[in-house]
Amino acid sequence: MSATGAAESLLTLSHQEELADLPKDCPWSTSEDEGDSDRERKHQKLLEAISSLDGKNRRKLAERSEASWDVSEFSVGCEGTGEQLVLSDLLQPIKTSSSLATVKKQLKGVQAKKTVELPLDQEEAAQVHREVAFSTTSQALSKWDPVVLKNRNAEQLVFPLKQQQLDFAPIEHVLGGWKARSPLEQEIFNVLHKNKQPVIDPLLTPVEKASLKATSLEEAQMRQAELQKARALQSYYEAKARREKKIKSKKYHKVVKKGKAKIALKDFETLQKASPTTALEELEKIEKARMVERMSLKHQNKGKWAKSKAIMAKYDPEARQAMHEQLAKNKELTQKLQAPSESEEEEGAVEEDGLFVPDVVNEVQMDTHGPNPWMHTSCTSDVKEAEVLKDPEQLPEHLAFEDSEGEGEEGPVAEEAMLLKESEERRCLRKRPELNQDTKPVGRQETQDPSSQEVLSELRALSQKLSKEDRQPRKQKANSAGAILPVQREEPAREEEEPLLPQRPERVQTPKELGKGGCSQNTELRRPVLQGQQMEKNANNQPDAPKKKKRKEQMIDLQNLLTTKSPSRESLAVPTTIDKLEGEEERDQKQMIKEAFAGDDVIRDFLKEKREAVEASKPKDVDLTLPGWGEWGGVGLQPRAKKRRCFLMKAPEGPPRKDENLPNVIISEERNIHAAAHQVHVLPYPFSHHQQFERTIRTPIGSMWNTQRAFHKLTTPKVVTKPGHIIKPIEAEDVGYRSSSRLDLSVVQRNPKRLSIHHKRPLKKNSVGGVAGDDVLMS
Amino acid sequence: MKVKMLSRNPDNYVRETKLDIQRVPRNYDPTLHPFEVPREYVRALNATKLERVFAKPFLASLDGHRDGVNCLAKHPKSLATVLSGACDGEVKIWNLTNRKCIRTIQAHEGFVRGICTRFCGTSFFTTGDDKTVKQWKMDGPGYGEEEEPLHTILGKTVYTGIDHHWKEAIFATCGQQVDIWDEQRTSPICSMTWGFDSISSVKFNPIETFLLGSCASDRNIVLYDMRQATPLKKVILDMRTNTICWNPMEAFIFTAANEDYNLYTFDMRALDTPVMVHMDHVSAVLDVDFSPTGKEFVSASFDKSIRIFPVARSRSREVYHTKRMQHVICVKWTSDSKYIMCGSDEMNIRLWKANASEKLGVLTSREKAARDYNQKLKEKFKHHPQIKRIARHRHLPKSIYSQIQEQRIMKEARRRKEVNRRRHSKPGSVPVVSEKEKHVVAVVK
Repeated sequence: MSATGAAESLLTLSHQEELADLPKDCPWSTSEDEGDSDRERKHQKLLEAISSLDGKNRRKLAERSEASWDVSEFSVGCEGTGEQLVLSDLLQPIKTSSSLATVKKQLKGVQAKKTVELPLDQEEAAQVHREVAFSTTSQALSKWDPVVLKNRNAEQLVFPLKQQQLDFAPIEHVLGGWKARSPLEQEIFNVLHKNKQPVIDPLLTPVEKASLKATSLEEAQMRQAELQKARALQSYYEAKARREKKIKSKKYHKVVKKGKAKIALKDFETLQKASPTTALEELEKIEKARMVERMSLKHQNKGKWAKSKAIMAKYDPEARQAMHEQLAKNKELTQKLQAPSESEEEEGAVEEDGLFVPDVVNEVQMDTHGPNPWMHTSCTSDVKEAEVLKDPEQLPEHLAFEDSEGEGEEGPVAEEAMLLKESEERRCLRKRPELNQDTKPVGRQETQDPSSQEVLSELRALSQKLSKEDRQPRKQKANSAGAILPVQREEPAREEEEPLLPQRPERVQTPKELGKGGCSQNTELRRPVLQGQQMEKNANNQPDAPKKKKRKEQMIDLQNLLTTKSPSRESLAVPTTIDKLEGEEERDQKQMIKEAFAGDDVIRDFLKEKREAVEASKPKDVDLTLPGWGEWGGVGLQPRAKKRRCFLMKAPEGPPRKDENLPNVIISEERNIHAAAHQVHVLPYPFSHHQQFERTIRTPIGSMWNTQRAFHKLTTPKVVTKPGHIIKPIEAEDVGYRSSSRLDLSVVQRNPKRLSIHHKRPLKKNSVGGVAGDDVLMS
Repeated sequence: MKVKMLSRNPDNYVRETKLDIQRVPRNYDPTLHPFEVPREYVRALNATKLERVFAKPFLASLDGHRDGVNCLAKHPKSLATVLSGACDGEVKIWNLTNRKCIRTIQAHEGFVRGICTRFCGTSFFTTGDDKTVKQWKMDGPGYGEEEEPLHTILGKTVYTGIDHHWKEAIFATCGQQVDIWDEQRTSPICSMTWGFDSISSVKFNPIETFLLGSCASDRNIVLYDMRQATPLKKVILDMRTNTICWNPMEAFIFTAANEDYNLYTFDMRALDTPVMVHMDHVSAVLDVDFSPTGKEFVSASFDKSIRIFPVARSRSREVYHTKRMQHVICVKWTSDSKYIMCGSDEMNIRLWKANASEKLGVLTSREKAARDYNQKLKEKFKHHPQIKRIARHRHLPKSIYSQIQEQRIMKEARRRKEVNRRRHSKPGSVPVVSEKEKHVVAVVK
């Protein structure tokens, strides 16, 4: 059993050997077994052994009787039949044996394989390879098509395409990466290390760390609570301060300021008593502040704000008041400080006279919008003369100043003082017109007529009113209300205060106001109104006016007075002397123009011109008559009318003129050579129709014809680059593709064999060696 | 006589603070602003004239080389740094802000054939006639150190050009073949040839970085794929191509500077006809470099001038020349797309503005708005004859001018001859060949 098993294994082995060789020698030959007889015999034996194993085979072998030259062990031959040997014939005998499964499988594999074609020429192979590589590469590249197209057609491209993100490294990292190189740096670091100072994170010394550790929990909590409290308090104070700062009431602020000033003054006094030297220093400081104020233009109605207010002042009492306040402030600040020990009441009054004067000047100047030296001098001198008004004439500004300064002493009596001042002002108001009328004749010389005087009086009134308003806004309301009646507009100074009031800017009064305030002031208001001229006369003939004025009055011609117009209402400040001449001037101008262009008839000329142009542009008839043709010709002989009619070629009617219905225009339709030099002759490339091109030209892009936004949109440049920024080539990641080139090197290294196969390689050794890694690092 | 005057309240037009927007009251009623086209035309004309008035492109000349400048390289990270190699083997590093040379290296014996910087900007490579490739540190040697290269590779043949990969530690040289090197190795990791003539330049594609293009003296341009380690395609032109340059914004577009006075822009997927033939030079074009925006390129020519071409136009928009500038060998467009550098035979590197009339320095917003508006106006009216004439007008050296005339005559003669030949031969036997197709001899797969 064991012998047969061994034989069987041997057999299979030998078969395998043979079959393994099968693909090598393709044409099947049976002549291989013509070996020596010994081998033959052995083989026979082997076959017998096999046949003993398989009944069928034995029988077949036994049946073979025919003598054949070459007997195959498989009982197949192709000699006689001329047929080709087919593998299936070979397989037939072993079909049934289950033990030859592996052999069968191999044989089948061989059967399936085709013969391999001859390998291509190296050049051709390379070409094929190249073609494949090219097609794949170009396919890979075509993924860029949409990106390229988009960028080419983009309205605007901003380079660099990828905006850099700024990343902020914490200081510890920066320090960590940094190393001391120079000896100085090293020294510094040594010192730091010696003192155990922190170099990198966390920025605490060991001592600090220890102290941090040492603090107990309770302590920490207490401290935290304290801190919290402090913080809360701070926030409260802040909130309070903010609230106070937000309060808009001027009065409140005034009161606060006053209070502060009071305290300061008290302090100053106490300081004076305690240490006079420091008090003196303080005084010096105040003096210095005054000097600074005098030097500066801060409160002198010179600033932008003040100028804007000055424009408004004419109409807006508040603006006027604000300006006055500013002036008052200036006054206050520039007021020379009295030595506190002196008696303020007496000397102050003396000085106040002097001080008061420039204030009036100021007012007047402000109102007339121009410095007038005449007014200046006259006013001051006049006021100085009028000593009667000395006391009550204190101007509000000054009073205000007094408030701030003198109230330190007055203290609790402030309210009384206020009342007193109010009454004083009323008085002052009543007396003021007198003063104004005093000033008039001196201020204006003989050339002035009553109308201009009136203007002046108006100004005065205005200034006075301003001063009054400054002081007491609420009183002013009643005052003005009581004084004004629309009918009384023209009324000049009749009584003490009446002439001024009607010409104030606020002329329109509600009846209610009238009723309220009217009775309180004067009953004279309701008197019937007289004619303007008469009133002016009256005004001039005021009984209370001083003698000087009367003298002036005599010089004024009555006739002149009567003929002059009353000044126009529109302009309060502008002198109205020009207005009366206006009509005359206009007439003059017209006359002058008429004279200058006496001979010209422009319209007729134009019409004539147009007619000529029309005639010239009309197509002409062509006369083809030949004189003397078919008739007698000669000097003095005309062709017959019939003939002429016959040969006259009528010109066709041209298109209607463009200016046919435009009487004031001549439109020339001739080609302008000068313009032609600037015009486009040929339709430029991208356009397909001339209308297209014209449309692009016709749309304006300037900011004159477009809104700002449209202008920006229309003028956006196509390419924007930032100076100083490096523009990198576009990357696949930028446009959302996966980068294909990440593994450039590794791919090359992975298949080095292909290189050697497909290309002529003069440096083959090099490349292979390079991949094998036997090369030395470059030094 | 009364004088009537207009008066305006300043509050209506004066800003309260200077940070406020200017208040410009404007009535857009078109009847109030008539003649918009003539007015804009005049503005455009003025803008064009002013552009020519202010066209002063020359900024500086960097002198210091003792032989012709053979190659230039930009620093990838610093705008102010530029490297140049001369024909005596000297390499200089320049600071453009100071316009000073900051370092000089005697790198090679004989010409410095090629120079390129590493993508990170820490080192650069040079190759020369002494058959070596050397890597140098960008920073100068420390005190007491000797100026010597980091690495040196000694090759068997002369390397005529070098270019560095845009992202990896690989560089390519050309000479007898195109070699691709790993920076760490002394032998190339792969070498590719196709044909037997020496290759004059090799360039990596900046976008698809595995692609290379090279041009050889047998008139061809060969494209390679580094990943597949194979050439892709070869196009043979009429005459030799000196160098090529890839478009940094369009992966498949490259421009070749040719000896036949023209430049050819190719789409690498369709090499049989160039996308555009750029002609204006009157002598061989030696170098070309794209603007980093990819919209324009600059070319250097043997005719002693450099020209700027829009990519889509066949004629140049600008020509730069000076009396002293000789044959321009190399040219580079700086990475911020504002300046152009060119190195020429007479040992100087010149710095030009890319936009001749551009104002340098910071512009205020109003200046910017005015510039944009003027630019748009010029563009709008560019077809009008007067404006076109002024905008196109350039002064040229007499040699170039006469050459242009001469070549125009020659071209016209050739065209006439062809027309005559076509007229007198059988219809269809003399086909009409477009200018683009004329110059491509063959495409080899």
